[in-house]
Amino acid sequence: MWPTILIASGAAYALKLLGYVVPQRLLDTPLARRITLVIPVALLSALIGLWTFVDGSTITLDARVPGVLAALIALILRAPFLVVIISAAAVTAAVRAMGWLP
Amino acid sequence: MIERRRAILGDALALGLGTGVYAVSFGALAVAAGLSVWQTQALSLLMFTGASQFALIAVVASGGSAAVAIATSTLVGTRNSFYGFAMAPVLQPRGVRRLVAAQATIDESTGMAARYEGDRASARLAFWSTAGAIYVLWNLGTLVGALGAGLIDDPNAFGLDAAAPAAFLALVWPRLTSWPMRAVAIVSLVSAVVLAPFLAAGLPVLLAGAAGIVIGLILGVQAGED
Repeated sequence: MWPTILIASGAAYALKLLGYVVPQRLLDTPLARRITLVIPVALLSALIGLWTFVDGSTITLDARVPGVLAALIALILRAPFLVVIISAAAVTAAVRAMGWLP
Repeated sequence: MIERRRAILGDALALGLGTGVYAVSFGALAVAAGLSVWQTQALSLLMFTGASQFALIAVVASGGSAAVAIATSTLVGTRNSFYGFAMAPVLQPRGVRRLVAAQATIDESTGMAARYEGDRASARLAFWSTAGAIYVLWNLGTLVGALGAGLIDDPNAFGLDAAAPAAFLALVWPRLTSWPMRAVAIVSLVSAVVLAPFLAAGLPVLLAGAAGIVIGLILGVQAGED
């Protein structure tokens, strides 16, 4: 496990540093700017989908779904970040405790 | 000006506290995935980019290979290059500061600095204070979660597995201001879920992310709308 952790951490840092060493004009094209805007939204949305609706490699409807819905409602109501996280965890925990969803 | 400074520092602390709570979920889930407390803490200290850390332990937990775990966490981390590229002209760090600035470049620090476009002093303060507060509280939360995982039977009983998707939803939410961007989010989310049963752990994120990027370019996401 240690090699995985160290290699992945090294790669993560190299990617962060890359942004500071690459010449500014290199990525200063309309296409590069568009891709820059889209990448975080695309990757983070894919992760949200997997962590809400997938368990291992099975599509499931469990207590995470109402939890993330609670986070969505909190965001629509412009709640602060801390409230968004806690409402998701609290709703998921409550739905599990009631035995409504696994 | 002093009020703006106080507002920036207050936001940084609030974001740090929220991040600390979901760091607890990271710590607990990493130990549940089979990592030791030290390995879990090393990820938060060295990798220090939440989405990649969660992506790595998700692959490990579902029995994926080391290569897929590294590839997934690395691809999820590519966005930090673009964040660094955006922050370089604002921070203009030299020498050791540049090495530290790179490690501090994450979704939250870049996002907070982006709020103060045109006010370089405020943008710098927002970047450094947010990164500092999150570094301390993210690592503290990780330790609490990793140590606590051994004490409680099931971290999921506390709903901790919903904290990460909620946190990333909160990060994506302010960017979904246009229909092309919403389409990117929906296409990526749905295709990741639909692909999950058919592909090895880690691959759905990569393909779904690519699908979202293609949709974004087709629909013509406009630069400068962020």
